[in-house]
Amino acid sequence: MSRTDARPRPAVFLLRWFDAAMPVLTFVVLVLFWEAVVRVFSIPAFLLPAPSAILSSMVSVDVGQWAKHVWATLRVALMGYVLAILVSVPLAVALATSRSMSRSLYPLLVVVQSMPVVAIAPIIVVSLGAGDLPRVLIAFLITFFPIVVSTTTGLMATPPELIELSRSLRAGRSREIWHIRLPYAMPHVFSALRICTTLSLIGAVVAEFVTADKGLGYYISFSTSNLRMDAAFAGLALMVTLSLGFFRLIDLVQRVLAPWSRVKG
Amino acid sequence: MPPAPATQPVIRFDGVSQVFPVRHGSPVTALEGLDFTVARNEFLAVLGPSGCGKSTLLRQISGLLRPSKGSVSVFGQSVTEPPDGVGIVFQKPNLLPWYNVRDNVTFPMRHKYGYVGKDDRRRADELLEMIGLADFAARRPDELSGGMQQRVAIARALLLDPDILLMDEPFSALDALTRDEMSFELLRIWQERPKTVIFITHSIPEAVLLSDRIIVMAPRPGRVREIINVDLPRPRTIDTFSAHRFSALANHIRDQLFTIKPKV
Ligand SMILES: Nc1ncnc2c1ncn2[C@@H]1O[C@H](COP(=O)(O)OP(=O)(O)OP(=O)(O)O)[C@@H](O)[C@H]1O
Ligand SMILES: [Mg+2]
Repeated sequence: MSRTDARPRPAVFLLRWFDAAMPVLTFVVLVLFWEAVVRVFSIPAFLLPAPSAILSSMVSVDVGQWAKHVWATLRVALMGYVLAILVSVPLAVALATSRSMSRSLYPLLVVVQSMPVVAIAPIIVVSLGAGDLPRVLIAFLITFFPIVVSTTTGLMATPPELIELSRSLRAGRSREIWHIRLPYAMPHVFSALRICTTLSLIGAVVAEFVTADKGLGYYISFSTSNLRMDAAFAGLALMVTLSLGFFRLIDLVQRVLAPWSRVKG
Repeated sequence: MPPAPATQPVIRFDGVSQVFPVRHGSPVTALEGLDFTVARNEFLAVLGPSGCGKSTLLRQISGLLRPSKGSVSVFGQSVTEPPDGVGIVFQKPNLLPWYNVRDNVTFPMRHKYGYVGKDDRRRADELLEMIGLADFAARRPDELSGGMQQRVAIARALLLDPDILLMDEPFSALDALTRDEMSFELLRIWQERPKTVIFITHSIPEAVLLSDRIIVMAPRPGRVREIINVDLPRPRTIDTFSAHRFSALANHIRDQLFTIKPKV
């Protein structure tokens, strides 16, 4: 409650409420418009299903079934995500602190990154067989590079005065990294982690497109090939929800573990 | 008879030069032929135009930079790595935003020795008390004003009870009022716990107010132009500013600085 605000309180309150309601309103209007267009022009359901059809398709599948698909996708995405963090952060430390490491590794990383994951996914599945390993690897491949780049950038961006403070105490290289460089890189790390929530889910879905018998990606591609667009859209809607939830979770983790690293404003 | 330890210089510059290689072009001589000593518990100000090598000189004392010629000794030992017993205050507070104020003050302990004991925390609280920020121990640095942050930085530099305090334009980011206030604060701390202080500044009045001696430097290459004894009585107060001797010294230094012709 800012007392400096010249507007009377009810007006401020209304404005706040309007701010919060705006996105929801926009969404509702869009959905209604979509429903109307489909009905007025009698668009066939195999081209574009109406929101009402998508909703009824969603509730026609029982919760346990959805949970199975969601969990299958989320599990692979999470494993790829965690693996990417475990590999990328030490890798970034190596790149940021050793010239020879960055000379020898960086070009290799760029080559790996420039290979389109969607194109190599089938190759990975063929050579590693069915099962979790190839899927996790695909989610990992799509996720790790942004984390490496952001973390390295953050580690290198540490102000020289802070490094001089560390050197003047003769604290040693590892404490310089633990006490100064890594905390300093946290805002960079978290911005990559947020982008990577969606990327890891994309990786998991791409893997399911290649081969799977469950998961949201599998459900979407299976429904599409049967021209069940309402079911495909229902899967898509869950996918988006999952992605948003994952994003918010990382926001929350940052708020709890590294509150100072949040950009204000 | 060997000289008594009390009169032995704490810092000694012996024909010190610093040359920086430049990637495309001729090397830069940042410092040339520096010869001077600093006595125990002396307050020495270093004054000079931008780029005359003041920060370079400080980095040589703190062991962050090896001189290209000559030698710098601290406590009678040639500096080859950052010596113990030296605290540094930088131009910016340089606090760590992921620690609260108290943990920032105990940071040298955590960073150098890997742990912070009860005694260290008590000492941090004493220092915070001394700089008037006892109530802010649990706050985050970004909740403090610029002046308060710089005071925390001073407390941090004092944690390991250094015999030498190096300050590189510590108040230059502060407004004029806060700046004078901080100057008197520093004098009070220095009188309470005497130590050797090297204080770099661009401000003539600040240098005269604070120090026992002033090294006036000339640029390109950075060298000592004159060393001035500040024979103003202590303790210095707000009245020191209006003393005749104060303006005489300040005017003399001003003339010195403005007649400096860079060697081309
Ligand atoms: N690491 C370095 N590499 C190359 N040149 C340097 C380096 N450090 C300092 N110099 C040069 O040495 C000279 C003195 O620099 P220094 O930072 O010591 O000046 P200063 O007196 O502290 O200036 P200011 O008052 O602006 O802080 C400058 O010409 C600068 O360009
Ligand atoms: Mg400087």
